[in-house]
Amino acid sequence: MGVLLRAQGVSKSFGGVQALREISLSIDQGEIYGLIGPNGAGKTTFFNALTGLYSCDRGEFEFDGKPLKVRAPHEVARAGIARTFQNIRLFANMTALENVMVGRHLRTRAGVIGAVLRDRATRAEEQAIEVRARELLDYVGIAGRANDLARHLAYGDQRRLEIARALATEPRLLALDEPAAGMNATETASLRDLIEALRRDGITILLIEHDVRLVMGLCDRVAVLDYGEKIAEDVPEKVQKDAKVIEAYLGGSLA
Amino acid sequence: MRMNLPAFARDPRFSWVGMVLVAVALVALPFVVGGGFGNSWMRVVDSALLYIMLSLGLNIVVGFAGLLDLGYIAFYAVGAYLYALLASPQFGLHLPFWVILPLGAAVAGMFGVILGAPTLRLRGDYLAIVTLGFGEIVRIFLNNLDAPVNVTNGPQGIAQIDPVRIGGAALSKSQQWFGLTVPSVYLYYYLFVVLTLLVIFVTVRLEDSRIGRAWVAIREDEVAAKACGIDTRNIKLLAFAMGASFGGLSGGLFAGFQQFVSPESFSLLESIMVLCMVVLGGMGHIPGVILGGVLLAVLPEVLRSGAGIWQRALFGKILIDPESLRMLLFGLALIAVMLYRPAGLWPEARRRREMAAAGEAPGKRA
Ligand SMILES: Nc1ncnc2c1ncn2[C@@H]1O[C@H](COP(=O)(O)OP(=O)(O)OP(=O)(O)O)[C@@H](O)[C@H]1O
Ligand SMILES: [Mg+2]
Repeated sequence: MGVLLRAQGVSKSFGGVQALREISLSIDQGEIYGLIGPNGAGKTTFFNALTGLYSCDRGEFEFDGKPLKVRAPHEVARAGIARTFQNIRLFANMTALENVMVGRHLRTRAGVIGAVLRDRATRAEEQAIEVRARELLDYVGIAGRANDLARHLAYGDQRRLEIARALATEPRLLALDEPAAGMNATETASLRDLIEALRRDGITILLIEHDVRLVMGLCDRVAVLDYGEKIAEDVPEKVQKDAKVIEAYLGGSLA
Repeated sequence: MRMNLPAFARDPRFSWVGMVLVAVALVALPFVVGGGFGNSWMRVVDSALLYIMLSLGLNIVVGFAGLLDLGYIAFYAVGAYLYALLASPQFGLHLPFWVILPLGAAVAGMFGVILGAPTLRLRGDYLAIVTLGFGEIVRIFLNNLDAPVNVTNGPQGIAQIDPVRIGGAALSKSQQWFGLTVPSVYLYYYLFVVLTLLVIFVTVRLEDSRIGRAWVAIREDEVAAKACGIDTRNIKLLAFAMGASFGGLSGGLFAGFQQFVSPESFSLLESIMVLCMVVLGGMGHIPGVILGGVLLAVLPEVLRSGAGIWQRALFGKILIDPESLRMLLFGLALIAVMLYRPAGLWPEARRRREMAAAGEAPGKRA
């Protein structure tokens, strides 16, 4: 089991706010890696830096042994990193199926000429895109909503749809930003099953989550951010007992 | 086009009958309109077809990709002037239209990329202002490119442009078909209808494709589109290029049809007019955009001729100049539509796949 993602001294500041300070961490192939911390700790900023939405001030990422040099978001996706967003970002006026079909863009190739002439190769590709998209909707458990507009889906289903769309890009690392936010206990339980299924299918997972039970139950290792700094990184049982971590959470939810 | 049709209407036999009926109607239309109301109305229909092509082109940029472009008419100008320069006494060149039209579409497409590239990071209002500026720059260039070397003939424009010729017959002269005299405006009508159908076909195919989905994804959420692996820069440039090439195509047709072009025809007002057609009809929805084009091209003319007739009938004389009344009524109509149907007259239902029965076999979309 080698290292899949390595972050080396990643820093990012917004004006006076130092959102990330020299963050270094490494995620092993096949692991579920948790990223936790109080509000404003810099977790989402780390995702944005990783996926190329922000440029880092300093530091670098290495994915699968190769440096992630060209950092345009679509190139990061091509390299095999997909993500979901904390504040769900679906294509609201497209159907659930179309949302996932957009996720196939990266792995397909039809251009204008193919689209207009609709030759045999293009038709076959379109069909394959749709078949795969339906499979993924089924995988995340919302096959029945394929033809509904994304904005008409229930909240939990929207989160699942975002995961399906991310999976459509064939990622090796899937970064989930608070996937359980706003879910009830049943939904969270089935989300947990979904994440475990993903791991079984060979996808490495980077998980930001506030739901402590979910994080502690799922993750192999957990890193804790506080004011942009990594204050702990270990297996969940140890992190839970870490003095700095408890202080960061003011003896609150982790106790 | 997939629209909200009842089940029987999706029967293939029905669609064949429908197509034949539409074809018959399109062939017969000039004889009804031209014969019934006069050939000046056929000119209106011809220009409506040019507007439909323009709106469908702009719809790719604004409706699909969600990029507000206020300088779109510049591409119409590029196509028109290219035709004018390559088929007129201006340079003594007289290339055939089937060479110039594709060339015009390609050159306009290139202009689309050139003008689009600097705007890629802009959105909304800023994009609108910059594209508006570009549109004006093109017009001002055309106005001033008569010195030191006379290229465009400046504000006077270029006259005596060659008409479109098909098989040696100029469309600017009436033809005899089976003993029937077919006036020039009818001939152009048939050419324009064929090309409009082609433009519709291309747009419909593009919409329901990998590229079309990428455009709509960018419109819906650019950040998410990037994270999904869409190279938003290239896909946006492609939208600019496709839209511009339709503009260039209809510009070329315009030049051949009018046999005269001058910078005046390509003012900001024209850009706004085409944008109104797209927005009023229903942004992003092809049938809606066509409807918008037809209405806004034909309605002002109806109002113009109607305003004079009604005043004479009511007051015995003309009190208000029909020309100014026309714009007033037109403005009121626009406001009413935006108030009562903000999504446009015929907005996109976006329910195509919702309509298809759930659990349908994959790959067999209605
Ligand atoms: N685009 C931005 N511009 C300015 N400041 C930002 C920006 N993005 C994040 N920040 C700041 O960076 C810090 C870290 O924010 P971030 O969103 O990464 O926190 P988080 O750990 O994801 O918090 P939460 O648990 O609330 O989602 C915060 O102080 C935030 O205000
Ligand atoms: Mg966050």
